[in-house]
Amino acid sequence: MTEISGPDPLVRLEGVNKHFGPLHVLQDIDLSVGRGEVVVVIGPSGSGKSTLCRVLNRLETIDSGSIVFDGRELPAEGRALARLRSEVGMVFQSFNLFAHKTILENVTLGPTRVRKVPRQQAEQRGMELLERVGIASQAGKYPAQLSGGQQQRTAIARALAMDPKMILFDEPTSALDPEMVQEVLDVMVGLAKDGMTMMVVTHEMGFARRAANRIVFMADGQIVEEGSPSEFFTQPSTERARDFLSKILTH
Amino acid sequence: MEAVVDELPVILGAFWLTVKLTVVSGLISLVWGIALAAMRVSPLPVLRGAGALYVNVLRNTPLTLIIVFCGLGLGTVMDVQFSDNLSLNSFWLSIIGLSAYTSAFVCEVVRAGINTVPLGQAEAARAIGLTFLQTLRLVILPQAVRTVIAPLGSLLNALVKNTTVAAAIGVMEAALRMKNLFDAHGDAIIPIFLGFAAGFVVLTLPLNLLSGRLARRLAVVR
Repeated sequence: MTEISGPDPLVRLEGVNKHFGPLHVLQDIDLSVGRGEVVVVIGPSGSGKSTLCRVLNRLETIDSGSIVFDGRELPAEGRALARLRSEVGMVFQSFNLFAHKTILENVTLGPTRVRKVPRQQAEQRGMELLERVGIASQAGKYPAQLSGGQQQRTAIARALAMDPKMILFDEPTSALDPEMVQEVLDVMVGLAKDGMTMMVVTHEMGFARRAANRIVFMADGQIVEEGSPSEFFTQPSTERARDFLSKILTH
Repeated sequence: MEAVVDELPVILGAFWLTVKLTVVSGLISLVWGIALAAMRVSPLPVLRGAGALYVNVLRNTPLTLIIVFCGLGLGTVMDVQFSDNLSLNSFWLSIIGLSAYTSAFVCEVVRAGINTVPLGQAEAARAIGLTFLQTLRLVILPQAVRTVIAPLGSLLNALVKNTTVAAAIGVMEAALRMKNLFDAHGDAIIPIFLGFAAGFVVLTLPLNLLSGRLARRLAVVR
């Protein structure tokens, strides 16, 4: 497999295995993500993409193998794990905004409670981030009052508020109405251009082509193929990848 | 009817004690019940087991037994003393019994509330680096408690009436005072009884209305 990331990757997975009961969802996964790199993970449903994303901040534990983030083994639990998670942002398919807090409070909760940033300072920065994702005017509303696209952009702002070293996106546009997909992808492309390290699980091939440095194709719990978007989309080297692409690209 | 009017100050004094028993043991039950719920959802098996054991023992023991144990077991045998004043001492011993019992029910109601909060809320909280306790305190419990305000109101309603069991260890709350008044006014048992019954309705009815209104006002919209 091609090794694109540099000598000092931000994340390195080696021999990672994970089972859900009898299901072997991650099989001997080796993967590195370089600093500033945008890795897009694609593959059929049930291939283990989301699990791969979720083991990186230990929302799922692994059975064997090692995950090194920023030079340190992933902590197992406690405060060290909480600290690691504060450095790895996560954006979920179903947004998961805190339902009882306003949009601005969603963005300031982490900085004030985890980083102990003074409230006023956190709110100022929170408003800047909401401005950046285009929803500053909604700051005082509650999540249920916003559209899906606006909620997901809030979730991105919430992740950014922690100044993460990396952001994980677990199918960020899959729960959105079609007309709202683009506004979220635009924000993500902007982040990629600004040099944010990102791992994105998605079915949006347009985004993958436009923003990815590398495509990782997964099937049945394995990384089947990886390469640059131009290589992968024009001349995939495996039958599985060709088969997958033919199913999603021809309409 | 005359007996009720004549004894009104005494009756009101007894109900005041009922209110004090309710408020103090209600507050303690709320705090302790939420702590028990936190134990029951914690990642530590020891805490989960201890919480489950406590709840199942206390919830399935008659309140009268618990109160009598507090009076005789704690008070007399183990010599737990809160005050030299005998009636004040029984007051606090019965507070212990009422709180120990009611908190087990509060725990189960709050735990049911926790189960209504989608898993994604806790995942999002952990993902921004909140610890287990912060996640519980800042994200899960505020949403959980809001969804169970109405059932918590019912528990408070039950607690108002359960305070009468404190009569078993000599706390001069409404029920024991009523019994004493029966002895003094044998010819006015029905009016006295109706007076006390009305007193309890006056205490509980507003509670039900208030908790229903509060539940609607604070509901979390998803």
